[in-house]
Amino acid sequence: MPPVRPRKLAKVPFVELADGRLQGVVSSGSDIGRVYVSSIAAGTHAYNCSTNNNRPCGGLYGAPCKHLQALAAEAVLQYGLDRVARYLRVEVPEGAGLIGCLDGSHEPAPAAMVFSRFLRHLAYLEVPDTTMPIPELHWFPAEGTVG
Amino acid sequence: MLAVQLTALLGGEPQGTAEALALVHGFDEALVHGLGRLAEERAEALDALAGAFAATPIGERLAEAAAKVASGSIAEEHLTALAGGRAALLGAVHDALLAGLDAALERERAPWQAAPAPEADGAGNPMTDAGNPAAGARSWLRELAIAGWRGVDHDLVSAVDQTVEGLLAVPEQRRLAVLLDGLAAELRACCPVGTMDRLPVRRWADLWTRALLLAQGGAAGAPQSAGTVSGRLLILGVDVHEHGTAVQFQVHGVLEPADGGRARLVRAAVTVAKVDTITGPATWKLPNRHRMLLAALADRRSLDLTDMPLLDSGDLVWHDDRAVVGGPADPFTTARLTLTGALAPAAPPLDRHPVGIAEPVLVEGYRVTGDGSFDLGGAVLDVDAGRLPACGPLTPQLVAGSSACVGLVRWDGGRWLLQPLAVQATVKRQTVEAGTGDWALGPTDPKVVKAEARAGDAVAVLRERAGRLLRR
Repeated sequence: MPPVRPRKLAKVPFVELADGRLQGVVSSGSDIGRVYVSSIAAGTHAYNCSTNNNRPCGGLYGAPCKHLQALAAEAVLQYGLDRVARYLRVEVPEGAGLIGCLDGSHEPAPAAMVFSRFLRHLAYLEVPDTTMPIPELHWFPAEGTVG
Repeated sequence: MLAVQLTALLGGEPQGTAEALALVHGFDEALVHGLGRLAEERAEALDALAGAFAATPIGERLAEAAAKVASGSIAEEHLTALAGGRAALLGAVHDALLAGLDAALERERAPWQAAPAPEADGAGNPMTDAGNPAAGARSWLRELAIAGWRGVDHDLVSAVDQTVEGLLAVPEQRRLAVLLDGLAAELRACCPVGTMDRLPVRRWADLWTRALLLAQGGAAGAPQSAGTVSGRLLILGVDVHEHGTAVQFQVHGVLEPADGGRARLVRAAVTVAKVDTITGPATWKLPNRHRMLLAALADRRSLDLTDMPLLDSGDLVWHDDRAVVGGPADPFTTARLTLTGALAPAAPPLDRHPVGIAEPVLVEGYRVTGDGSFDLGGAVLDVDAGRLPACGPLTPQLVAGSSACVGLVRWDGGRWLLQPLAVQATVKRQTVEAGTGDWALGPTDPKVVKAEARAGDAVAVLRERAGRLLRR
């Protein structure tokens, strides 16, 4: 499994390919306490964007909002275009952008679950370190950067 | 490592290795398709695995387990017995390989002394305590075995999330937590596994087996305390392990005891939890409370230890307040002067698997071949360039241009490999040294510093988000 590539996290702190969706959390540009939960389903490419309290994003006028665009762009940075396209089952012609190749429509999706996965993700930063050896990690060598 | 030593090492694999690995492979193939639908030839593979132990004290249990599983009655105890058999085979391969390596290097290894069995703890026994995350782990591993890798889907992978969360909260279960989390992430990334062309069959079976054994509870076969040590720690290098949510910095060094006793090979590890977006040089920010250890790595200095706990596996249990940074200590000098006479530690039974073989050596006087291997007077040692961590300055180019290398000898994919930890190379007619720990206090290469600055501080961003969103 290739390691993810480093990217700026300020705008989109969380991106994942899970539960049959490209999903993640986008920080609001205007309110530091607010985040948007954005997702694009694999196969159907149905998309959704709402606040973590399930209020619909005001930017969804029949097309993906800027949060969804940021999510797709950061996912490509993190996983590479190939892996994201394969997961979403979308053909992206040479030179085209991922988001422009999706043909889904807006459909409600569970924001609470994605948000709780984000909180679980953040909770790793609060797990204390350990100085007991973990021999099992020899199966997981740190690899060099790719690309 | 001298040419004659390398020639001895490459002289052939220990007798019985191929047979043992063939039995392991049979079991691993059964896990691919699942024990729930066991074709006849796979049932025979389980029988063969059990048969190898017929004359041993666990022979009867294994034979019963193989028969029960083949008949479709797949209980945890049967899987545990089979996992134990598989682990014992690989343990034997480990022992034979390590004995061959020790003989080639003329390295003396301390004998393993079984610690007295830990007392059974009636109240909190993980074997019986319902709701214990270790029980959740065993039950998930059983479901994996029944479904087989080909049958793994998102729901089955996600079923372990809560168990991992529970395990992470228990310090004694960290090994199991980190292992399951790594396995689950790989399976998730490969979902649905049924459509994959090729599977890492041996690897996943290795992880499954170790997880099932760790989930048995108790400390049987795990390292035990071997008291405390004081003296001077000379660092050879740092081996870095990483998956999405954990990184381990494992320092290899030579301890010169203050009482004038024999020098010994030791390790000291720090493992921190992280997320997948924290990678490369930024990972060094995570263990920052261990200032002395990081400073010694970055500045190539020794450490003076006072009453540092040691395990019988040769692992120091690092307490940064019991260490003080000492004088300059170059890893090449350390390797030249101390590696030959140092006593190597025994491997605890549970850890005996070829993947755990990582013996520090100094290699010099080689010619780098076209494919990047080291040719030592006709004997060729492959270099594992895949194990050069992104958090340090060592690159395949530096290794290819090197004239001396401190590294770890490993055994992977049926051959011996050298994993570089530090190299001496000539760049623009100047001798330079680079090691995996050079950036422990932050990158020293201006280009990397700039790139890191551009990417922003991932750790700080996520900590800010955690602080604002987690406790509301």
